[in-house]
Amino acid sequence: MTTTVPESQPRSAHQHGVRRIVLPVAVVLTVLFCLAPILWQLLTSFKTDAAIAEIPNVYFPRPDQLTLDQYQKLFERRPFFNYIFNSFLVSLASTVLALGIGAPAAYALARLKLQGERIMLAAVLIVTLFPPILLFLGLLDIVRYFNLGNNYLSLIIPYTAINLPLTILVMRSFFQQLPKDLEDAARVDGYSTPRMLLDIVLPMTIPALATTGILTFISAWNEFIFALTFITREDLKTVPVAGAQLGGASPFEIPFGPIAAATVLGTIPLVLLVLFFQRRIVQGLTSGAVKG
Amino acid sequence: MVDYVRAQERRTGWFLTIPALLVLALVFAYPILRAFWQSFFTINLGNQLTPAFNGLGNYIRMAQDGRFWNTLWNTTIFTVATVSLELVLGMGIALVLNQSFKGRGIVRTIAILPWALPTALIALAWTWIFNDQYGVVNDLLLRLGLISTGINWLGDPTLAMISVIIADVWKTTPFISILLLAGLQSIPGDLYEAQAIDGASPWQSFRQVTLPLLLPQIVIALLFRLAQAFGIFDLISVMTGGGPGGGTETVSLYIYSTVMRYLDFGYGAALVVVTFLLLVLVVAIATFFLNRSRKRASGAV
Repeated sequence: MTTTVPESQPRSAHQHGVRRIVLPVAVVLTVLFCLAPILWQLLTSFKTDAAIAEIPNVYFPRPDQLTLDQYQKLFERRPFFNYIFNSFLVSLASTVLALGIGAPAAYALARLKLQGERIMLAAVLIVTLFPPILLFLGLLDIVRYFNLGNNYLSLIIPYTAINLPLTILVMRSFFQQLPKDLEDAARVDGYSTPRMLLDIVLPMTIPALATTGILTFISAWNEFIFALTFITREDLKTVPVAGAQLGGASPFEIPFGPIAAATVLGTIPLVLLVLFFQRRIVQGLTSGAVKG
Repeated sequence: MVDYVRAQERRTGWFLTIPALLVLALVFAYPILRAFWQSFFTINLGNQLTPAFNGLGNYIRMAQDGRFWNTLWNTTIFTVATVSLELVLGMGIALVLNQSFKGRGIVRTIAILPWALPTALIALAWTWIFNDQYGVVNDLLLRLGLISTGINWLGDPTLAMISVIIADVWKTTPFISILLLAGLQSIPGDLYEAQAIDGASPWQSFRQVTLPLLLPQIVIALLFRLAQAFGIFDLISVMTGGGPGGGTETVSLYIYSTVMRYLDFGYGAALVVVTFLLLVLVVAIATFFLNRSRKRASGAV
């Protein structure tokens, strides 16, 4: 808070001193808070069984306490690459669909004068707040009716839908900031609306689509309750559900090592997304939530 | 000519929005409406899942259902505890991330990491952290000499609730800090300078400048988090399964086992309806405050 206190103030020297100590401590605490649980899981995944079960805990393992066994055991137990493939496929398909359906709607809501526009917008906003537990019962009906159980579509369709509100809100705020001149010029040049959208608007929209797509991909990758309910076949499961079901042969034998390995593998794609697209994620989240 | 253009625009508009509306109707409107309808029927194993009209029977049963009230109580505790802790912590982190320091970019990246990771897998990580034998929490407490034997965190109803609250705070605080950070960045620096010239302490300028101007973002974050916390499922389902002894069972978990374990669809639908209405109520109250805070914020400066 003290960033902008002018240096000329008599107290500012003192405040500067406080800031010099407090800020680094706060930064270190923030980093520790956010990373420690992940690092602990990472460390566990590389420890031998003996090192995992050693009391007191081993924080700095010796070389002979490190191993890749936990990953090997994970793959012996379960087809984990299969799960990653499933998650990837379902997340990607629903992201493409959400963008394909949501972006045009967002454009219409931002640019065209529609009847019932405000009602639509209000509906989209309210729907953002629905927890999936309220939907799974009715969706179970739909899945049964169309015989979609154990089919990727039983996840792709709901994931598309739960990502639509965010897509519409983020894209709408993007279109509102886009200068209208180019579109007007295109109209004067005799472009039809669909051609103008495809040839002029779409190319300018790609960065915003990427921003939104990253958010929808993350949320689809992380979804749990639909994946738990609509997919029961082992080879079709997604990462979160398969990970959660990594129990041992008996309730007394919990395979902590392979579980840690699964956590690490299942989170790597998202860690990469965050590392590369931090700015876009922040930008998308804030424009989706705040400006909506 | 103008009429023609406008008619064409309207047609294009509908053409562009209808697919989205259809998908939203199928996945959001239908399940909720369907739950309202089903909640008036008995559909369970007792009648081979053939719907039998039951009037308000399911709702009367709910009023007398101790397990339901217990889950509602747990949900309330979980929601109030997590959202208020996350708000305070999220505000602190947002203030830190808003300062200028070396390596700020990487710290910001680290600070959104927990939010992006799959909750179900994070729940596994926290189960391991709170493990009674090998868990790192017990290990640290033992090393510090605060306890003499390991605590069975997930084996005691109160401690299990505290554990899932801590895990949720870790997972979702970043969401709040991101929203609040965006708000902080939009506050003009000269406001603080003016405050400092007036001799205000940092705490005073936080109270008098930051908080009022940040109020819209705070309420929006609150709104999202209230709804999410109220419907919490994956984290608790993986960490405790609602146990021990129903100590962490929330409404969502109860709905899920009513439908998927006991195959009691009618009663499950009634639970969905009541949860939905409660959520609408919470959101309506929060929106009321949002509008008021927006008006006040625009009036203040």
